[in-house]
Amino acid sequence: MRRLPHLAALLLLLLPAGIAAGRAETLIAAMSSHQIQITSNYTGSQLTVFGQVERDGRSVSRGDPYDIVVTVRGPRRMLLVRQKERLGPIWINATQRRFPENPVFLLVASSRPIAEMMSPETARRDRVGLLNAERTSQGWYDDSASTTLFRESLVRIMQGKGLYAYEERGVTFLSSALFSAPIDVPATAPTGSYTVDVVLYAGGVPLARQQTNFEVIKTGTEQRLASGAYDWPWLYGLVTVLLALFFGWGASVVFRRD
Amino acid sequence: MQIYLPIAELPISVLMVLGLSGAVGFISGLFGVGGGFLLTPLLIFLDIPPAVAVATVAAQVAGSSMTGVLTYLRRRALDLKLGGVLVSGGIVGTVLGVLFFNAMRRLGQLELVITLSYVTLFSIIGGLMLYDALRAMLRVRAGKPARRRRRGGMHPWWMGLPFRQRFPRSGLYCSVIPIALLAVVIGFIGAVLGVGGGFILVPGLIYFFRIPPAVVVGTSLFQILVTMTGATLLHAVTNQSVDIILATLLLLGGVIGAQFGGRAARNLNVESFRLLLALLILSVGLRFAIELFLAPSEPFSVVVPESAR
Repeated sequence: MRRLPHLAALLLLLLPAGIAAGRAETLIAAMSSHQIQITSNYTGSQLTVFGQVERDGRSVSRGDPYDIVVTVRGPRRMLLVRQKERLGPIWINATQRRFPENPVFLLVASSRPIAEMMSPETARRDRVGLLNAERTSQGWYDDSASTTLFRESLVRIMQGKGLYAYEERGVTFLSSALFSAPIDVPATAPTGSYTVDVVLYAGGVPLARQQTNFEVIKTGTEQRLASGAYDWPWLYGLVTVLLALFFGWGASVVFRRD
Repeated sequence: MQIYLPIAELPISVLMVLGLSGAVGFISGLFGVGGGFLLTPLLIFLDIPPAVAVATVAAQVAGSSMTGVLTYLRRRALDLKLGGVLVSGGIVGTVLGVLFFNAMRRLGQLELVITLSYVTLFSIIGGLMLYDALRAMLRVRAGKPARRRRRGGMHPWWMGLPFRQRFPRSGLYCSVIPIALLAVVIGFIGAVLGVGGGFILVPGLIYFFRIPPAVVVGTSLFQILVTMTGATLLHAVTNQSVDIILATLLLLGGVIGAQFGGRAARNLNVESFRLLLALLILSVGLRFAIELFLAPSEPFSVVVPESAR
């Protein structure tokens, strides 16, 4: 059963070669690993996405260099963005905006700054970059001033938390066709499945796309404790309480003075 | 050294948590307060989700108050009868508090309610205590007794209400009604703010009922032990946000810190004890007031609603 995801990934890699037969370029991408395991000493992890641009022998070479954009999206949750406003002498959360189904982790890595690769209009239309990546999702779509303000604040705050990041030179070409991009997954990134979209551009035109994925899961003690808390809440609570009382009793015995 | 917390879902420095809980444990042992009102905001400041912080601190407070209860029991400085009245009142208050908590959460103003309550409560209680402690100190300077001596038969009107009971260990002969009422208020506040309520109970018993501080601390710890044990269980069952690894670390630091705090408390005279507790409570209130009154450098915040976790 453990081999199955790898097989599936291999199949995914082979598929587009057939579909995109009419095109000049095809893209192959693979992850260094499809799973990050959280253990008790977990402090974040790094994966690498590798890829290769395959050119059809008959096509003429392009004047523009190849550009790669890698977009990693984490599990989706509802996020609330709140704005504090002045009410009399105090500051309170007055306005809030919901971003349903919003990725809690978002990483955009490119081979050179996106602004050099394409026009802002293309970046918006093609959903390239931190502010554009979720353009189709609810709450991101309209471009009114207030939505833009909330969207930019969301990205800014998530960047501060290390959960959103833009690496403008995060993709490195190892040869003219082979590239790699490190993906830093901080320890605060949530468990769940992550999708990795790799897009090949030349002169601002998307030539080929490839999607792969990985997952972040708890293993060992971490997994047993977390599932114990959900599956046997009474037992879990009781054990915690007894542990607490035991500690309290133990201290009074150890430190007894009279 | 970092350890990953399975429920809070982030790694944390073991030494930092031990140091933090040790310091709060010291204060808790010194003043006979649970320490939750200090520990919960500190954990939230360390990026631990608020629900996890509140629930896990409940376990820690239960553990450290257990130590205190045993110590005070041995010293016969715990009024079990008074504790019983406080616990039953506290249960009523907790239920009311949880209902209010959920209503405010539905309205989306829970955060404001919590901040406002911290500011008003801590400023009022801290301010009153500070005033009283300073006045007592001035009287001592002037060569008078710290406070006017109580004459027999003189007592506040609320102590003479019906259902009077003798609480021999506290040297108290008083109506059950005001005591139970105080306990209801504390249970309510405790449930809303996620704190044990010892920091209100201790001064409340001292000021309203003139119970000797030594007995107050033990009895308050007993009430905290019972409510926090119940709160831990309830949190574990209803929202699964008790982090057992974090609880263990907090307990380890907390119980050790509380021992030293308890030792220090015996070398402290009553007046400086009051002054210190007043200053501590006032400073926590001030910390929340700053948040409320100063223009925030980042007016925006991002939260994952608890229902979506």
